[in-house]
Amino acid sequence: MSGLAQTSARQSLNPGRLLRTMLPALSMTLILLAIAWLNPRAISYFGFSLMLNLAIPIALATVAQMFVITINELDLSIGTFVGFVGCVTATWLHDTPWLGVLVLVASVGVYAGLGALIHLRNLPSIVVTLGMSFVWQGLAILILPKPGGAAPDWLKGFMGFQTPFVPFPIIAAVVIALVVHFGLMRSAYGAVLRGAGGNQQAIGRAGWSLLKTKVVMFALTGTFGVISGMALIGLTTSADANIGNGYTLLSIAGVILGGGEFVGGRVSPIGAVIGALTLALAASPLLTFMHIPPDWQVAANGVILITVLAARALIGRKGP
Amino acid sequence: MMTKLFATPWIWSFIGALVVWLAAVIFTGGHGAGGMITAALSLAVFTVIVGLGQMFVITLGPGNVDLSLPANIGLASAVAMKTMDGNDSMIAVGLLAALTCGAVIGLANYALIRLLRIPPIIATLSSSFIILSTDIHYGRGLQIKPPQGFADFANVQILGFPILGLFGVALAGLAWVALQTMVYGRSVLAIGQNMRAAKLAGISVERVRLLTYTLSGALGGVSGALLAGYFRGASVDIGNEYLLSSIAVVVIGGTSVAGGKANVPGIWGASLFLVLLLTMLNTFGVSAGLRLLLTGLIIVGVITAAGGHKTGR
Repeated sequence: MSGLAQTSARQSLNPGRLLRTMLPALSMTLILLAIAWLNPRAISYFGFSLMLNLAIPIALATVAQMFVITINELDLSIGTFVGFVGCVTATWLHDTPWLGVLVLVASVGVYAGLGALIHLRNLPSIVVTLGMSFVWQGLAILILPKPGGAAPDWLKGFMGFQTPFVPFPIIAAVVIALVVHFGLMRSAYGAVLRGAGGNQQAIGRAGWSLLKTKVVMFALTGTFGVISGMALIGLTTSADANIGNGYTLLSIAGVILGGGEFVGGRVSPIGAVIGALTLALAASPLLTFMHIPPDWQVAANGVILITVLAARALIGRKGP
Repeated sequence: MMTKLFATPWIWSFIGALVVWLAAVIFTGGHGAGGMITAALSLAVFTVIVGLGQMFVITLGPGNVDLSLPANIGLASAVAMKTMDGNDSMIAVGLLAALTCGAVIGLANYALIRLLRIPPIIATLSSSFIILSTDIHYGRGLQIKPPQGFADFANVQILGFPILGLFGVALAGLAWVALQTMVYGRSVLAIGQNMRAAKLAGISVERVRLLTYTLSGALGGVSGALLAGYFRGASVDIGNEYLLSSIAVVVIGGTSVAGGKANVPGIWGASLFLVLLLTMLNTFGVSAGLRLLLTGLIIVGVITAAGGHKTGR
């Protein structure tokens, strides 16, 4: 693992690699410039608060997805899980807080258990999590058959907090990115966790438990899924069983946009948060300013994803 | 003979299908037992068609999967219905249009994988975003009705055996022949077992991959057209459930997720199992939430029991 420090030192010297690392930030800057050009008034405290309103739950779901992608797995249930958490937050957490807390903690436990199951039985995570997406959706509908419920007041207050000078979503995004960055990229055990995605055998031979790395990563995904769902309900103030469905695809797209690789434990928490913000900005504000009908909103995500990947492929080809 | 039969991976999916059917029949006290099978044979065909496409893709090896099938099915259903335009004489043209639409999507998927050098999961995911929007724009969210002749055809039964079921069996037979005897099928298996070895053996790996993704797309297109006929209308979300089911039937049916080992009869068994499972839950009269919950739990349970093959890599 000591090789990592050397690689990153070499990376900063290599222009191709540097460009590649900067790509997520570059794409977001481009989107921001386009918004500024189309509607200068959007670039203000109020404008950002509005445009990035829903970016925080998306960023949290993206970070959640990033943890499983780090160990070469995929979570196709994160969207319905966020919806499930939302329903729990708007009902039990509001009415009987201790029960709500208990259910949410238990759901993180389920995620940890899934990690163990996938590792021990050598199962494809795509299928297991696809199956789980039905489970979470079913539970969400059972808890909240019709849209409704209410967010706990403390949660509404927290998510609606007005920070001075810099809008709250931006501060929250920076905090999330830094916390995960230092936890996963700079800590000793973080290196082991990433190593489990990069070279499983090496980590295993070095005496680390691979089962434990899977359990920890899935538990982290569950934890960030829970925070994402709670943040979402703090913003929307009521829930709906389908509220998080779009998050599955958005979160995968965000991780990839942020420079994450599908295999090999190569991810970037800062990039993932930037990727999520880019998608949140591109999805509706930019399209609205460009007078593009809402029909094409989903396609915009696909186009951005393909464009960035194409740029990455081009840079990669030029590089050594 | 019996021990050999029970050692085959696909037999368990048929046993599972039988068990859930019996459970449903016992619950109704024997009423509608035959009708259940007829309906299941029709409904399972859609899963069989996309499942076969997904099977070929997954057999190519780890990382290969087609996530664009639901969007593909949705768009193809709209293309078919718009081309047919309620006109019986245009049925063949409409089917061909849906097939072409699906094949083009498959080609585009492969182009993304190859040109951008990205994992198939990301490529098919990105393309599904675009296909979905195209469908919303193209179909305008309207329910487009099929011509009467096509809707009737999709619901025809011969001695209680649905014509769609026959088509599904024929298609599975073709897939089986392709895998057992044709150069294409053998190449898919070889690539799934060891891509490098396949390449060194002179197999044109990229051409086989291109064909496979195109095939998967085309089968998605056909399934979309038939679905629109069977349910008497195209819609954007008509294919939604086929993301889970197309992958699930491949895994439950005994095809190796690590690639290189395909199982055609298992696709039929697993599709019947999934459809009859839903029928059973519906006969029990469970609520929508509970049905989803149980479906998810049973799928995870079955996969846990059936999966777990060591990849040996």
